[in-house]
Amino acid sequence: MTEESSVKLHGSWASPFAMRALLALKVKGIDFEYIEEDLSNKSESLLKYNPVHKKVPVLVHNGKPISESLVIIGYIDEVWTDSPHLLPTDPYLRAKHRFWVAFFEPLFETVWKTLITDGEAQKTVLEESLEKLDVAEQGLKEIFPNGVPPFEKKKPGYLDIVFYSLCGTHEAVDEILGKKFLTVERYPLLVSWVNALKQVPEVIEVTPPIPKLVGLIHFIRQRSIPPKA
Amino acid sequence: MGDEVEVRVHGMWASTYSKRVELALKIKGIPYEYVEEDLMNKSQALLEYNPIHKKVPVLVHNGKPIVESLVILEYIDEVWPDHAPRLLPRDPVDRARVRFWSGFLQNQLLESVLKLVMSSGEEQEKALDELHEKMTIMEQEMGDIIPKDISSIQSKSLGLLDIQVICTLGAYKAHEQVLGVKILDPHKHSLIYAWVNAMMDLPMIKEITPPHDNVVNFIQMIFKINPSA
Repeated sequence: MTEESSVKLHGSWASPFAMRALLALKVKGIDFEYIEEDLSNKSESLLKYNPVHKKVPVLVHNGKPISESLVIIGYIDEVWTDSPHLLPTDPYLRAKHRFWVAFFEPLFETVWKTLITDGEAQKTVLEESLEKLDVAEQGLKEIFPNGVPPFEKKKPGYLDIVFYSLCGTHEAVDEILGKKFLTVERYPLLVSWVNALKQVPEVIEVTPPIPKLVGLIHFIRQRSIPPKA
Repeated sequence: MGDEVEVRVHGMWASTYSKRVELALKIKGIPYEYVEEDLMNKSQALLEYNPIHKKVPVLVHNGKPIVESLVILEYIDEVWPDHAPRLLPRDPVDRARVRFWSGFLQNQLLESVLKLVMSSGEEQEKALDELHEKMTIMEQEMGDIIPKDISSIQSKSLGLLDIQVICTLGAYKAHEQVLGVKILDPHKHSLIYAWVNAMMDLPMIKEITPPHDNVVNFIQMIFKINPSA
């Protein structure tokens, strides 16, 4: 791969946002070089390519950096125009998918707060997360009127990727909470969606090992939650 | 089509999000019917069109609702590609740049303005500093996206970022009056100052700009701020 026709992705194994970009590249079958960033010691390249946010993921295509995971996915879909398409081609359906992606976005912070708090604070953000997911459970029937189909013929798209980056590692959330986060009783559609995605080879490839993820979250919890007297 | 109006916007005169949609349609010369919503007494139609968020703006195109202002703007650009100007550029790298800054203007700049209005005392000073930091980043990093030749700014060449900037900062004088702070200083942020004021001078922008005193009263009322002496 020459410098002129190169695709590189700066990511971090635990970042759900980096996972999105990784999954999009794999679903599209694009050759790329992956660069694992140590977020406590960011590379010169990363800081040069994303001076505004200094975050992963950053896609570097032919030397040009693209930052922000959703922007990256949109870019990939527009440059590599062969199937599979990550967004629908119909503008109204595209708007629907973008709506749901915008719906899920604030949940990342709420769920993250759930993971790094305890007591009453945790209870509050957990409730908030679960109530938002209740809305998704009902509302997503407009996207999946006949339930979630298996991803055999149709590869995951933009919305699937964002949803998976939120809920795909729910087992780690379960471990931290000490109970199931996404119960099949309360969220039959969302659970079937996660399970259908977990059958997809590209999805399996990008999912971080749950015990490693739990270890990292525990480490961050210890630093965030003051020890009890 | 019969009696069905092709394009309708449910909005609210003081909403920055609602203004984005109106401006996009006006810039592209797309006729629309406007429905002013009383947010204390939302119409049945609004609640049906946006059951999840129950917010303005809603674009109704041939009877189908699209919600979330930035989603609506992308939709408008995709459905009326022959109505110049394009809100987003054609080239994927440029589109990615615009979307990156759109995210920044939404999540960083607008967030800072909202924090500023909702806070007081020391917190407000911090919020103002934060807002100024964002504006400095914009001037340092946006490059040629910020128009340097002010005389080149005209209604027919406005795009997505122009729309977001004018809808976020266009009412800065009203905010400055209510809060007693300097938001947009021509010495600190000369490029943004020139950009905003050049746009405020355009007839199309003047058409959608509410009277200064109405905005002042609105800000005071909504955020229960006492007018400064």
